[in-house]
Amino acid sequence: MTVLSVDGLTVHHGQLAAVVDLDLAVGEGETLAIIGANGAGKTTLLRTIAGVLRPTTGTIRYDGQDVTRMPAHRRVAAGIALVPEGRRLFPALTVAENLATGAYRKRPGPWSVDRIIELFPWMADRTGQAAASLSGGEQQAVAIGRALATNPRLLLLDELSLGLAPIVVRGLYERLPEILAQGTTVLLVEQDVSQALRVADQVCCLRGGRAALRGRPADLSAEQIQAAYFGAAATRNGDADADGTANVGALSVATGSDAGEETTR
Amino acid sequence: MTWVNTIVQGILLGGLYALFACGLSLMFGVMRIVNLAHGDLGVLAAFLAYSVMSATPLGAFWAVLIVLPVFAAFGYALQRGLIQRSLSISPLSTLLVTFGLSVVIQNALLEKYSADSRALNVGSLVTAALRVNASMSLSYLALLTFGLAIVVIVALQLFLSRSRTGRMMRAASDDPEAATLVGADSRHIYAVATAIAFATVALAGLMFAMRSSFDPSIGPTRLIFAFEAVVIGGLGSLWGTLLGGMVLGLAQTLGAQLDPTLLLLSGHVIFLAVLAFRPQGLIPQRKLA
Repeated sequence: MTVLSVDGLTVHHGQLAAVVDLDLAVGEGETLAIIGANGAGKTTLLRTIAGVLRPTTGTIRYDGQDVTRMPAHRRVAAGIALVPEGRRLFPALTVAENLATGAYRKRPGPWSVDRIIELFPWMADRTGQAAASLSGGEQQAVAIGRALATNPRLLLLDELSLGLAPIVVRGLYERLPEILAQGTTVLLVEQDVSQALRVADQVCCLRGGRAALRGRPADLSAEQIQAAYFGAAATRNGDADADGTANVGALSVATGSDAGEETTR
Repeated sequence: MTWVNTIVQGILLGGLYALFACGLSLMFGVMRIVNLAHGDLGVLAAFLAYSVMSATPLGAFWAVLIVLPVFAAFGYALQRGLIQRSLSISPLSTLLVTFGLSVVIQNALLEKYSADSRALNVGSLVTAALRVNASMSLSYLALLTFGLAIVVIVALQLFLSRSRTGRMMRAASDDPEAATLVGADSRHIYAVATAIAFATVALAGLMFAMRSSFDPSIGPTRLIFAFEAVVIGGLGSLWGTLLGGMVLGLAQTLGAQLDPTLLLLSGHVIFLAVLAFRPQGLIPQRKLA
């Protein structure tokens, strides 16, 4: 069953179209990873689904219901939670208070503050500490915990790895199966492509606000992803579909980029 | 002994200033709104209570019980209907809107009640005092006001630190967008903060009106004292506001003890001195904002 479907979504930042005519569907319990370079529209997409940004055109359907015009706080009550880019914890509040803000809507579900502390055991001794004094990785864990406390059916994760050491990122992603075990549907945005491919059931690569490639991680080759990521296929072969999706056969090796993204798996 | 008396009276006066100022402090702490109509709202509450007491046989106590909820509701509605809209435009427009509100309230009161001075009749309570010794007697009204200021500020602190809505108010003060992302309707949270601020300023206005006369023009002076108390104590800190109110009250009574004409000046001088040498205030914000 489809939890989230996005149809013909276009989102503008002023004059700039950050997301263009995008279609997406995520099934119950599925994990969809959105990958793409900086400025591809990933964060904009998540923020629009969370309700912080308003789309120019297109519809967002959640649980069969049109939520395109629903304000962000009501989407939380309906079960959509975003872990925003850059954590966005409440710095003056303690760890426990930050987690408790997630329970504001009292949405029923498996997650309570105690259960979240079980998921991240280090929090137990530090509930009274101000969130501002935590390390980046710890803040990210609290941000995930805060979103879980809303008991989401659809969890949106924006760049968990941003500014964190690889070992810390791995530690965070190791918790993901426990979250998924609750039947939570996850839509995650990640620049660390190898990490995204490891955890996702489906991958969608954005480029210039359009879907450049989609598929199951097992069905996609490193070259395809590299091409979709950097745009080599579209520019060299010029045979992208009308909807902007590069043909699966259009393989080419993107070179000359020093973006330093790891695209092998 | 005169000096001890002066200090005690100054601290008690500071209670009134703190009571006036805590709503201003709360609105600034949560929404970064400087409410220039704050003093006039206190005066409006006093006139409302005056009307209630003249039109009905009810006493001052009942007038307080009626005016406070009315003002809380008024604050909620005003925030949702007017201030929120200006907040989404720019901080400057909020300043202009509250300034306009101040002008409207003053002139409406002048129209309805004329410029005559009034007083809330609290019977013998107005002169009743606790006689400590030959040189010191403490007015029950001043003691009551001081006690109410402490109760209100402690209650506000507990509300902000313990309750679900209070916690969300601090969260929204830190990061309004992140607060909506955990399910808070920031307009509702802000309106609740304004409702609380309006109720406290109504209480302050009524306590003031019970001990001295009032007319439609005194609001701005009340605002300045409240503003000074907030700045002396430290923006956004409620304990600071209580301390700031006491420092201001002390400065005024000590100044007046030296020379009665120094009453206002000494308070302003302390305010300027704090701005110059300790601009973050005596207790810089940490809890609320």
